[in-house]
Amino acid sequence: MILQHTADGILSGAIIGLGAIGLSFTMKILRFANFSHSELLTWGAYFGLIFVSVATAMGGFGGTFGPLSFGWPLILALVFAAVATSVLALLLHHLIFERLAKVTGHMTMVFASFGVALLLRNAVLLIFGADPIYYSNTLQFAVLLPGNVRVLPDQVFLLALTIVVVIALHLFMTRSRTGIAMRATAESPDLARVSGVNVNNVVRWVWVIGASGAAVAGVLYGLTVQLRPELGFALILPLFAAAILGGAGSLYGAVIGGLIVGLSENLSVMIIPTTYKPAVPFLLILAILYFRPQGLFGEKK
Amino acid sequence: MIGVISYLIFFLILALTFGIAVMGLNLQWGFTGLFNAGVAGFLAVGGYTHAILTGPARDAVFGGFELPFVVGLLGAMLASGLVAIVVGLVTLRLRDEYLAVATFGIAVSIQLVAVNWEYVTGGTLGLIGIPNPSKGLADGPLRQNAIYLGMVVLVAVLAYVGLQRIVQSPWGRVLKAIREDEVAAASLGKNPTRVRLESFVLGCALMGLSGGLYVGFIGFVGATDFLPIITFQIWTMLIVGGSGNMKGALLGAAVVWGVWTGSGFAISKIVAPEWQAQSGALQAVLIGLILVLTLLMRPKGMIGEDVHVSRHAADTT
Repeated sequence: MILQHTADGILSGAIIGLGAIGLSFTMKILRFANFSHSELLTWGAYFGLIFVSVATAMGGFGGTFGPLSFGWPLILALVFAAVATSVLALLLHHLIFERLAKVTGHMTMVFASFGVALLLRNAVLLIFGADPIYYSNTLQFAVLLPGNVRVLPDQVFLLALTIVVVIALHLFMTRSRTGIAMRATAESPDLARVSGVNVNNVVRWVWVIGASGAAVAGVLYGLTVQLRPELGFALILPLFAAAILGGAGSLYGAVIGGLIVGLSENLSVMIIPTTYKPAVPFLLILAILYFRPQGLFGEKK
Repeated sequence: MIGVISYLIFFLILALTFGIAVMGLNLQWGFTGLFNAGVAGFLAVGGYTHAILTGPARDAVFGGFELPFVVGLLGAMLASGLVAIVVGLVTLRLRDEYLAVATFGIAVSIQLVAVNWEYVTGGTLGLIGIPNPSKGLADGPLRQNAIYLGMVVLVAVLAYVGLQRIVQSPWGRVLKAIREDEVAAASLGKNPTRVRLESFVLGCALMGLSGGLYVGFIGFVGATDFLPIITFQIWTMLIVGGSGNMKGALLGAAVVWGVWTGSGFAISKIVAPEWQAQSGALQAVLIGLILVLTLLMRPKGMIGEDVHVSRHAADTT
């Protein structure tokens, strides 16, 4: 059983980690706790649904990939969801957060994110209804791994894609001018500005990367679990836990934080009743803030 | 006409009940700068405590002490205050957004306990038959509700007057001093840690009181009564009314609760029955919109902050 819980923990941890990257960058570079970030996962998942539905209606571009439950439409849906969610995030930035940042303190941005979260979540509920939805009704056979661990082929894809995204982001952050500018701004916005970094541009990239990560995480959640309007809302605490565990602003911190959260949640059912599982991320948050407030990978001030 | 009056009474009972929680939040955020995102949790603690203390005895469930209404309310305040002491000791050293995340987590955890600890909370079935004291004092729902409104007004006035005295006292000025500059306050010999905790506990006790009044009126408490959206609603009430001002807190409660119930009523009249299930979503969208627009257009709320200067300082000017 412990191996199965570990496998499940890694899989849900990968989704949490992908989703938490944006939250972590927002906390560090935009300097506020964005309670509406989790709703970007929901919107990403439903943007993916729109694309898959349209593609299926148009003929579906021929079948599924081997043992996987999906074919090309879902791959393209991932791209579409990332782009559409980025546009949504940039819109929110220009209409709301950027204006507030100019005139008020960072806590006003947190209130605003409360309101935005309500708006986004309930808009999904209005448009798509409360019932769970699936991308596909294809039945999959679980693959039996050593140690009697069962995983679905889609879940293997999830893990592989997560690794690809993290490597791509790593290259972006270390090799591209924009990535280096982002890291510089995270370290010290003022120093970055006087060094000629276009901070406004960096902020837009934070939204795009955060929203894209959230969208991919949302689609993967929809693929391996299900689509619900509360999909993102239910992940608020796990996402914050991952971002805080990893230390705000750290790419690997967010991903490893996500894995720790996923593993703790899934392994916790061996010692506490399953019904209390949602409290585990909260306990992790308290523990890390108490013992190491800068996060596992953050630098001490 | 009777219909309008009876609806107005019903509306005012709930608006004032929430208003008490908003005043508690105002003490924490408006005066002390403590970001409590776990309002729903403290309402729940108060609501359940009131139900356990005053409710009827039942098999296989703890509580049912059938104590007087007032004891239930005092117990609700005490229980929320005690939870707040524990929570405060652990989280109040955190800054701003970490405090928000931690208190949000507490509300989620309290709700999990409400759903799962059946022996105390009745689980998903909840606790029923909580006596409403106005039922024994008059005949007919209109008179009974009018009496309950009288009680809520009394409690709200007591809370308002008490809070006004507190925030205008030297202790109240220390709160604002800490909010503005904690280091400066500490250098003047004030103890920020202690004062922050006191403010947090007092605010949470008021939320417990509000939860108790709510459950006493509805006569029932279940795990779905205190969902996270209540926290968002209470925050919207404070921001719309104007934080840092107790009158603003009450006004915001009335306005936002008015929009919530008014829009619910309008939707039930306009929208086709098969779409009614999603009317709650439309109401929530409206609350989110009000919060965001208030922050953008009128960040100080309807009434801005009250300025309190010491009597002694005022004399010298």
